[in-house]
Amino acid sequence: MEVEQVEIYEFLRRFVPFKSLPEEALAELSRNVEIAYYKAGSQILDVGDAVTDLCFVRSGAVEIYRRNGELYNRMSEGGLFAYQSLLMNQKVRFPVKAIEDSLIYFMPESVFRPMFDEHEEFADFFEVGDQSRLRQAVSRREDANELLTSRITTLIGREPVLISCAATVQQAAQLMTDEGVSSLLILQTEASEPYDEDEPYDFKQALVSSSDGSEHKVCGIITDRDLRTRVVSQGLPFDTPVEEIMSQGLVMINSDEYVFEAMLMMLRTNVHHLPVLKKGRPIGVIALSDLVRYESRNSLFVVSSIFRQQTVEELAALHADVQASFVRMVNEDANSRMVGSAMAVIGRSFKQRLLELGEEKLGPPPVPYCFMALGSMARDEQLIVTDQDNAMVLDDSFDPALHDDYFRQLATFVCDGLAACGYSYCTGDVMATNSKWRQPKSVWEQYFIDWIDNPTPESLLNSNIFFDLDGVWGRTEWADQLQALVSRRARRSQRFLACMARNALNRTPPLGFFKTFVMEQDGQHKNSINLKRRGTAPLADLIRVHALAVGSRAQNSFDRLDDVIEAEILPPDRGPDLRDAMEFISMVRIRHQALDIEGEQEPDNNIEPENMSHFERRNLKEAFQILSDAQKFLKFRYQPNRAN
Amino acid sequence: MLHLIPDRNKHLNPDGQRELKGGLPEAWPDRFQHLAQKAKHPLLRDFYQAGCVDPETPLDQVPFVAMDFETTGLNPQKNGIVSIGLVPFTLRRIYCNQARHWILDPGKPLSAESVVIHGITHSDIDDAPDLSRVLPQLLEALKGRVAVVHHRGIEQPFLHAALKARIGEGVTFPVVDTMELEARIHRHHPLGWFARLLGKKPVSIRLADSRTRYHLPYYAPHHALTDALASAELLQAQIADRFNPDDPVRLIWH
Repeated sequence: MEVEQVEIYEFLRRFVPFKSLPEEALAELSRNVEIAYYKAGSQILDVGDAVTDLCFVRSGAVEIYRRNGELYNRMSEGGLFAYQSLLMNQKVRFPVKAIEDSLIYFMPESVFRPMFDEHEEFADFFEVGDQSRLRQAVSRREDANELLTSRITTLIGREPVLISCAATVQQAAQLMTDEGVSSLLILQTEASEPYDEDEPYDFKQALVSSSDGSEHKVCGIITDRDLRTRVVSQGLPFDTPVEEIMSQGLVMINSDEYVFEAMLMMLRTNVHHLPVLKKGRPIGVIALSDLVRYESRNSLFVVSSIFRQQTVEELAALHADVQASFVRMVNEDANSRMVGSAMAVIGRSFKQRLLELGEEKLGPPPVPYCFMALGSMARDEQLIVTDQDNAMVLDDSFDPALHDDYFRQLATFVCDGLAACGYSYCTGDVMATNSKWRQPKSVWEQYFIDWIDNPTPESLLNSNIFFDLDGVWGRTEWADQLQALVSRRARRSQRFLACMARNALNRTPPLGFFKTFVMEQDGQHKNSINLKRRGTAPLADLIRVHALAVGSRAQNSFDRLDDVIEAEILPPDRGPDLRDAMEFISMVRIRHQALDIEGEQEPDNNIEPENMSHFERRNLKEAFQILSDAQKFLKFRYQPNRAN
Repeated sequence: MLHLIPDRNKHLNPDGQRELKGGLPEAWPDRFQHLAQKAKHPLLRDFYQAGCVDPETPLDQVPFVAMDFETTGLNPQKNGIVSIGLVPFTLRRIYCNQARHWILDPGKPLSAESVVIHGITHSDIDDAPDLSRVLPQLLEALKGRVAVVHHRGIEQPFLHAALKARIGEGVTFPVVDTMELEARIHRHHPLGWFARLLGKKPVSIRLADSRTRYHLPYYAPHHALTDALASAELLQAQIADRFNPDDPVRLIWH
């Protein structure tokens, strides 16, 4: 016996989106409604409640608040709420309160979800024209990740344990045992100048006040590992002063930073203990083991194991670990920034270790050089499917006849090694093995000056990649100098910016006239969308043009976007929209690759829209729409037609 | 449900109910226990054996079931039941997906005036079952729950009389009467002569008018399922307005 809920059916039928449902479906929905009455002033949904129903205001009015208490939305008869949370399987983020006596219909997810998937027009209602939704999709992921939202201070269990640099290693070991810590900060015996209260704190130095009021500088750190590797295994006497075995040139971090920053810093510098400073004074030390609880267990370990490998073959064997750490990060809800940075650090570490091994094999370099990463690695946006793009800057005393043989061999060793480790050769031959990209610094400077001062769209077509560069090894300051040259010069050349803009418009998002996806029509990836070619790459291209125009020296797209937003050259809200679009498309791409790896398939950048959830599809369309609009603005601002 | 209030009160205590009162324990759970032993029909025995909600149960933990009958008239002895609507609910939620609605053969002539009210016609009841056919499901739905009606002069007495006629024994259970609650809330004092002189009318406690006071939406009346739903919503509103969720259920039932 089917029970007809006449009143509910007739009422729902009057409202979008229910009027678009076929009779049968609407009757089914009406039969499954749950109802509750809320007196004016009472709470309907509280933050953190599980959302299992779509909520509909049958009568009365409700208000939805942001977490900070700000009014977000007000709804009356016919209004729907909580669907974002419902669609994303999340808990209530915005509390809802009845401001009048209200009757609320709750439509259980089990009933609502199939209708959402089956009836396009019904689903459209929840999707169209709400720009904030994409942001919610993005911010949810950020919220979910403790690494990004927790401050370093949450990891500090206790104050740092200090010892004078004149103490012996035995006293140090004793103290560590008594205090149960794995590291000690070492203090200079002589007093230092106290801080000038008006000067900003320098995070490269830390001061500790002693009981007599004098200030002592922290000059080093020792860890239990140091005692093992530098004292016991070397057979040093136990009365050796700690000063002789401590690590100097401390890497420290500000207490305001997030756990994620600490992780990146450990990844980049390969240290396992980070002193944390607050207003220039150490308040604790965080150890790798503290992060492991938080972290995608792995990328840190992958990096440290890279530096322990002795041969290319051993390095190549880490490929599976790299993939595993990528998948773990994705499963642990890392955002694209974290994944991109971690993968870039891993890629950089491979290069560094290969160069170390290369120099061991070929002997020290005859003249100084700098090995540069280009493209996505330089932008800290590296993923798992990636080419190697690299180059060498050589000292100006470089003499091809005398030295090029060495650098050619070194470049070949590194590029072959990278290929063995899963970074395929660059199809455009942008590698240090190409003599054109293995040149003295003065030649490199001239390359950039030519690109910027005498641009044509053609000459720039293949040199885009050089405008994302990062020094990896050797004289990395040369890479900084090249970045500085670009940032000074590029912003002044309208013609250069016009050419770059024109190239940035070459790849368009895959959207048809009616907001439908346009798929690739040829090749083995027919009926799919290449998320890199059609999404993240054109986004990175257009962000790069704006960044060059405002003289930004940042390489990462999100950092660049921050500079661009600050320079106020974009229409209001476009900057945050672009950030969300970049994050969303990147995450779809990243998740897709992680799924491929888990499914033991070769990961790629192609995604078939039919394999995506309805929700993902809609958000992706919206992100592509943002890209499309941003390209129109780029065209308007830099007049790329003048590039001819 | 019918809303011809002035005529109703005289049917509040139909004969059957008076009979049952002799020697019955005062408290509902005791009464259920007593009746579980006395009842002859297995369905009834079953119903009583399921027990009654403890009178001290806080309102927010009580399983309710809103119930509404459309009838051929107002006299349980002479008139029959044409439809039954049931909606289980708690203070937190009304569960439409467990709602029941039956159109029944009243076993009595369908008067023209009642057809006008509930809209159920002769052809509707031609194929309709007799109450005895749905009795197992009906008692099952009431089992362990506290019935909620708007004006207790109809549903319980009609059900009692209908059972008596069919299986030789009646049925009794506690009911919450939303109309009586509304009277308690809004008719503390009879209108004084001066108010009457000014032409003031007593506050209407009819279902639709009562709902308006709580800003509940208007529902077309006289559909048993809709009226049951309307009473469920009304009780939620009344409790939200005048009671605490931890008040014992005995404060509102009869």
